[in-house]
Amino acid sequence: MLVVDQLPKTELQEIPFKTKIPRIGVFICHCGINIAGVVDVEKVASEFAKIPGVVHSIDYKYMCSNPGQELITTTIKEKKLNGVIVAACSPRMHETTFRNAALKAGLNPYRVEIANIREQCSWVHQNEKEKATEKAIQIIYSILEKVREDQTLEASHSDVEKKALVIGAGIAGIQAALDIAQAGYPVILVEKESCIGGHMTKLAETFPTLDCAACILTPRTVEVSQTPKIKLYTYSEIEEISGLVGDFRVKIRRKARSVIEERCTGCGICQEKCPKKNIPSEHEEGMGTRKAIYISFPQAVPNIPVIDRESCIFYKTGKCKVCQKFCEPEAIDFEQQDEIIEEKVGAIVVATGFKQLGKDLYGEYGYGKYKDVINSIQFERLQSASGPTLGEIRRPSDGKIPKIVVFIQCVGSRDRSKGIPYCSSICCMYTAKHSMLYKHKVHDGQAYVFYIDVRAAGKGYEEFWARAVEEEGAIYLRGRVSRLFEKDGKIVVRGSDTLSGTQIEIEADMVVLASAICAHPSAIELAKKLRIPYDQYGFFTEAHPKLRPVETTTMGLFLAGACQAPKDIPTTVAQASAAASKVLGLLSQEKLSHDPITAVIDDEICSGCGLCVEACFYGAREIDGIKQISTVKEVLCEGCGACTVACPNGATQLKNFTKEQILSMVDVML
Amino acid sequence: MKWLIDSDTSKLEFVREVEEESGIKIFACYQCSKCSAGCPIAFEMDYLPNQIIRMAQLGMKERVLASRTIWLCAGCETCTTRCPREVDLAAVMDALRIIALREKVKPSERDVQLFNKIFLSTVRKYGRVFEGEMIGRFNISSGHLFKDIFKAPKLLKRGRLKIFPALTDVKKMKDIFKGTEDI
Repeated sequence: MLVVDQLPKTELQEIPFKTKIPRIGVFICHCGINIAGVVDVEKVASEFAKIPGVVHSIDYKYMCSNPGQELITTTIKEKKLNGVIVAACSPRMHETTFRNAALKAGLNPYRVEIANIREQCSWVHQNEKEKATEKAIQIIYSILEKVREDQTLEASHSDVEKKALVIGAGIAGIQAALDIAQAGYPVILVEKESCIGGHMTKLAETFPTLDCAACILTPRTVEVSQTPKIKLYTYSEIEEISGLVGDFRVKIRRKARSVIEERCTGCGICQEKCPKKNIPSEHEEGMGTRKAIYISFPQAVPNIPVIDRESCIFYKTGKCKVCQKFCEPEAIDFEQQDEIIEEKVGAIVVATGFKQLGKDLYGEYGYGKYKDVINSIQFERLQSASGPTLGEIRRPSDGKIPKIVVFIQCVGSRDRSKGIPYCSSICCMYTAKHSMLYKHKVHDGQAYVFYIDVRAAGKGYEEFWARAVEEEGAIYLRGRVSRLFEKDGKIVVRGSDTLSGTQIEIEADMVVLASAICAHPSAIELAKKLRIPYDQYGFFTEAHPKLRPVETTTMGLFLAGACQAPKDIPTTVAQASAAASKVLGLLSQEKLSHDPITAVIDDEICSGCGLCVEACFYGAREIDGIKQISTVKEVLCEGCGACTVACPNGATQLKNFTKEQILSMVDVML
Repeated sequence: MKWLIDSDTSKLEFVREVEEESGIKIFACYQCSKCSAGCPIAFEMDYLPNQIIRMAQLGMKERVLASRTIWLCAGCETCTTRCPREVDLAAVMDALRIIALREKVKPSERDVQLFNKIFLSTVRKYGRVFEGEMIGRFNISSGHLFKDIFKAPKLLKRGRLKIFPALTDVKKMKDIFKGTEDI
């Protein structure tokens, strides 16, 4: 953790406070009525005024306010306090605030402790005021025991590798990488697919302005390839990450592309001559085909093909090599192996994106069974000028132009029974867009949209969907669809409209499902490599939903885009820039400070059993080869305490959380 | 209730017909139901005002034209005044009544239409409304012979009800009627 030593060192050293006699101040916060409404704060304050060693005990309305902090600072100076207890909210909220206040008065910040009498007391015992007061006193007593034994600690410092890693090169990763590179720091951009751009490369036009996705994205992808500060690794994945903020060690697996990137000119003759045809194209979402050696789409960056070894005739039979024969620069390399590259970076942005729900959850909608039931990203391909139908809306089964198209929203989303209780956030808007673009292309067609609510909270969004209804004639039906079935070449959609209280049956030519936005299936595996938390749906968790929205709980790791939650392009780009600015804030520091609360080892009694090494999640413990005892790498230690619990003889202790401190804290409670 | 939507687009023609007749964009309505919330006649209606609009949006012509609601609407314009989407509901109700008469749908509120007719005929005859004749004719035609009869003495005493009609410029009124009929 970054810690509180932003003040000049000289100011710290001037005031001596190492005295054996405890002079402790107890500050009790009312938190408005949050605490004072339940706990009798005056009684608590007077209780502690009587305790030997406590030289000051006072309650105040808002300790975290400026006057509250000032109160702490001046009292420390006046009464020469060498220990402070602030009985207030959770230390997660204001520990840093109060430690900074102590620092201003010249007191070592690690001699300030928080007694949590809000979350753990007043909030949970609102109906038992007297008992809550008793409990608050008990909590403060135990913290008092801790403060008595707290040592003066100094933060340690480490260097910052002035380079960033961005994982995922969709619009989020691209934006973050460009922002960081433009500020002058080198960036390593890693993309799993053979080219960059992510989902946005598949989109036709974007809401709410209907500007063409390719037109706004390709300048960015080209810029990435032309920015010298960005080192791009496509067709590559993260193999392993170790180290910590400022000094991450990353192993990147460059998957064998079977094409030597440096030689390839992107002429495309290999793709043209490849005899293996009709492989469903990933870029076209299965609506078009590709060869075994292919470039995903004409504007791909980098414009270098990849051989799909699963389909390639040579890898199956040992014969063919047609592409190699035609390749003039001799770029085809059938022997190419995966390569592991090691990089050292100071900060990481995770921008791995999402995956749309497949056919597994809604059997009743017949996705995958009926050809004319497609999902929204496939419909994007139908609309795209570079798509399989060159932008004409033709249904997959017979290529006819559909005259009635039904759009179904919330397919999976907001469905608790299917395990997806969240809103996918973008479907309302892209469905409105789809209905609009369909009408632009099929003037005599009619679009129907089944929805539960229309969530149009962004800038210009409400007006956009109103336009779909009022001007473009999409008919919105409020209700879920029960099932779809085929009848005489039509797809019959059976749903309802709660607004008219009617069961609705539509004989549609084509149905488009706005399937839920889900976490990428490989997200959890990556999260484990990165040591970042994720929610039950596989989305990465930010450090604080409001105040630290792009940070993770692991320092130096930041989030951007839909890997954190479903989100639209404007929000994704904003978040990516926010993550980039956080990275820049970190990389621009000369040194990083680390929380001094780390494990320490008593050399005398350590038996070198190695249990602590196994217990450590951060790789901070190892056995000294010569002394055969355990050691602590302080910069890696996060102070979690796992090793202290694992240590059988108490040789490992956590600074300011020693065994003696914890036992006396428990003793005073009992 | 079940509603089938197929390639027959004639159902959606109804929306256009109402829009043309009323000059109001039916699809501007987003079904917030503020109209129904404030309607003083809602308690008597078979469909709430917003439901009428909803059914019109989906092209449920028969159901709308056969409803009692379109005849019960008093045209007080509370809905029109309060609508956030500027849908003039009173005008839509007018349009629906006009379409119903044109299509010869039997009004589900017979008395309302009878009242309207008699009201207009006295206006045509005298250049302004003549309550005495109107009430008499309405009570006889509707079969509610003694309806509101006990209110008559009080109204007579206060001069709100006259024995003889007060003639206004009958000729001009006839021109107006002729003019509207030509449209």
